[in-house]
Amino acid sequence: MTKQVFEALKVVDFTWVAVGPQVCRELAQHGATVVRVETHRRPCPMRAFAPFKDGVPGVNRSAFHTAYNTNKYSMSLDLTNPKAQEVARRLVAWADIIGDSMTPGTMDKLGLDYESCRRINPSVIYFSTTQQGQYGPHRDFQGIGHHVNAIAGFCDCTGWPDSDPTMVFPAYSDFISPWYLLIAVTGALLRRRKTGEGMYIEQSQLEAGVTFLAPHVLDYTVNNRVVTRSGNRDRYMSPHGVYPCAGADRWVAIAVTNDKEWQRFCDVIGHPDWAGDTKFNSVIGRKENEDELDGLIGEWTKNYTPEQVMTILQDAGVPAGVVQTGEDLLNDPQLKHRQHFRVLDHLEIGPHSYHAPAYRLSQTPCDIKRPAPCLGQHNEYVYKEILGFSDDEIADMLVEGVITTDADVATST
Amino acid sequence: MTEHDSLLGGYRVVDLTDEKGHLCGKVLGDFGADVIKVEKPGGDSSRNIGPFYKDIPHPEKSLFWFSTNTSKRGITLNIETVDGREILKRLVETADFVVESFQPGYMDDLGLGYSELKKAKPGIIVTSITPFGQTGPYARYQSTDLVGSAMGGLTRLLGDLGRPPVRMSCDPQAYFHAGLHGALGSVVAHYHRELTGEGQHVDVSMQEAVTLALMHAVEISEIMKVNVIGMGQFFISVRPPPQSLLFTRVIMPCKDGYVYFIFGGGGFGGLVQSSRAMVEWANEEGMLMEFKDSDFSQWDMSTITQEENDQRNAIVGDFLKTKTKAELYEQAVKRGIMLAPCNTIADTARNAQLEARGFWEKVEHPELGKTITYPGAPLKIKETPWKIQCRAPLIGEHNEEVFVEELGFSREEMAVLKARGVV
Repeated sequence: MTKQVFEALKVVDFTWVAVGPQVCRELAQHGATVVRVETHRRPCPMRAFAPFKDGVPGVNRSAFHTAYNTNKYSMSLDLTNPKAQEVARRLVAWADIIGDSMTPGTMDKLGLDYESCRRINPSVIYFSTTQQGQYGPHRDFQGIGHHVNAIAGFCDCTGWPDSDPTMVFPAYSDFISPWYLLIAVTGALLRRRKTGEGMYIEQSQLEAGVTFLAPHVLDYTVNNRVVTRSGNRDRYMSPHGVYPCAGADRWVAIAVTNDKEWQRFCDVIGHPDWAGDTKFNSVIGRKENEDELDGLIGEWTKNYTPEQVMTILQDAGVPAGVVQTGEDLLNDPQLKHRQHFRVLDHLEIGPHSYHAPAYRLSQTPCDIKRPAPCLGQHNEYVYKEILGFSDDEIADMLVEGVITTDADVATST
Repeated sequence: MTEHDSLLGGYRVVDLTDEKGHLCGKVLGDFGADVIKVEKPGGDSSRNIGPFYKDIPHPEKSLFWFSTNTSKRGITLNIETVDGREILKRLVETADFVVESFQPGYMDDLGLGYSELKKAKPGIIVTSITPFGQTGPYARYQSTDLVGSAMGGLTRLLGDLGRPPVRMSCDPQAYFHAGLHGALGSVVAHYHRELTGEGQHVDVSMQEAVTLALMHAVEISEIMKVNVIGMGQFFISVRPPPQSLLFTRVIMPCKDGYVYFIFGGGGFGGLVQSSRAMVEWANEEGMLMEFKDSDFSQWDMSTITQEENDQRNAIVGDFLKTKTKAELYEQAVKRGIMLAPCNTIADTARNAQLEARGFWEKVEHPELGKTITYPGAPLKIKETPWKIQCRAPLIGEHNEEVFVEELGFSREEMAVLKARGVV
């Protein structure tokens, strides 16, 4: 087996929902031993979200949940049970990294905040990620990622100038925040090798999200300009849009970035006359007549599938791409070549596809080998092998409800 | 910065990227690395990307350039010349990372591919950020932010029903995903190098980076056999037959803009509590009396008719229209209502939470005689704070410092290189 970047690392994953689990997933995919601490009494909300195997809900049936927990071990532990303290203490003592994504104050109540953990394990690296941070006037705001989309500004600047702001389907900052955290965690590990010191990393997902608005923030702070919805138009390029294609609800994106590409575009679509037309021969002209131009291009694209348009234009050196659906991505030849999706056989869901990271390492490739665990699937391994509890102690904890089981699953979620 | 007061202090990055990869070096620099941005003589073409300072189109006034090249020093070098290549190799000998975003094969053709750079500096990490990756059927395809967003699946998830899918107008999101994943891959490789001495080539795909921002759209396609599409202002509930899809408007107009709010109930406890809190507030003002005694936990979203759902939303919508975004959000925070303002960038710049946490960074631009406010840290660390070390470099600003003081070229040699168009 190839060596793994993080293979000696031990991670206790107290996180849930999306940001924290993705951080720990990436560590696990590069070899870290990640133990996810969960309880049947209040499972990760992701376990209650579709898509479910066969459309039937169940704590171990959500493919939304499995996506963020590959390669991890799951133990069940009710941290609110006073007798859970010894288990938690051993976990903290064992860990190199502790992840927290609970509402501010939750870990303090459980005695698992950074200061408490540091007393047990002085060199531990501890990250906390929340929607709006551990302090500040809005820290207790109860929302989901979609609220952060709105607060950051992503809803207002997505859509059409003659329509309203739009719902942004992904909880967008959830897919920006984890990568900054991982960079910091990795840096903290290296610093610890030199200094022996641990570290506390605190993240507001709103702040991480707003970093992706930087050019537009500056346009406001310098020029007082508020970025507005512009459909698919670009300030400098034309044509630049998404055009209808043959097939039901099929679309292609085309972006002509300079005059050479414009010439080639006109030639290849069979309208060399456009390049000489005073309305369209300059970018200023194309901008002025953009509605007309987009209509004409749409008349051409609708005769072809998006894949055909992409191939025709890319072969001529013009940037174009299929507006891909989830299904298209699963069948995309380039993503297949990169082995972006890895099929793993989940105990209850069966075989399905998991995302790999966006980068390939030439010497130490990631190894995505285990599907996300069922809740408590690795109790035996974690309690006995990692934490050193005896069979008798484990039996007692089961009786006392410290270790939760399927019988503890709340009937309604 | 030193290794003591930053996470990446003491490590050097040679940054050859264009606009697709600028963020990578910025992230490494803001975490403390010494990043040297290498531009072609005359400056990178990404300096021509707006918006511009006071709307003056000028390569030293691009706000896009400013915001994606903080914490970098800048030199000019024509790596297509023999001298330029040799100088780059000398620079790489002093570096720990090389980051580039050229077309696959370009660096190899110049004799500057990973295998060559590794000879110059064993242990070097070379990070290549491209639209689709180094190899494969689309490796040579051209891309832009729009094409990256489309091919990565994000565009399909955005836009109004019945109209073409859209990218985010706050561009270039696809480039930013690529750059951030480039920084991540670089740092993961760096960890391995610190433990073993072994460097590697990090091959980043913008398309893949975008696919990681789709939430569970791909899983829905695979498991439920339906593709998620842009839903405009609506949340769509997929309900078991014989019920049809249920459209619930969630982007709701208010007095001075829009808010994101779901009015509903049923099995989800948070929503029940939120709807109840909203109705209590409105009742205090004599509105939404229709819902005074509603038991939101008994609302059954799986059988409600579209008409009834629309009617409820219209009633709550009338109340929202009497309030501003700020008034609504203030009460939402206070009362536990799951409502958020659809902030414009102007609202975001004035956000009280960001202000209270000291998020914004003031960066000096002495040649403009101006201090500009930038987005700040993506996370907070006491011992080694994230920091904008310096504003983005001017064209060739650090040529003297890097070529003469650090690499030891004489002024005479510099004059020759300048005359030959190398720097």
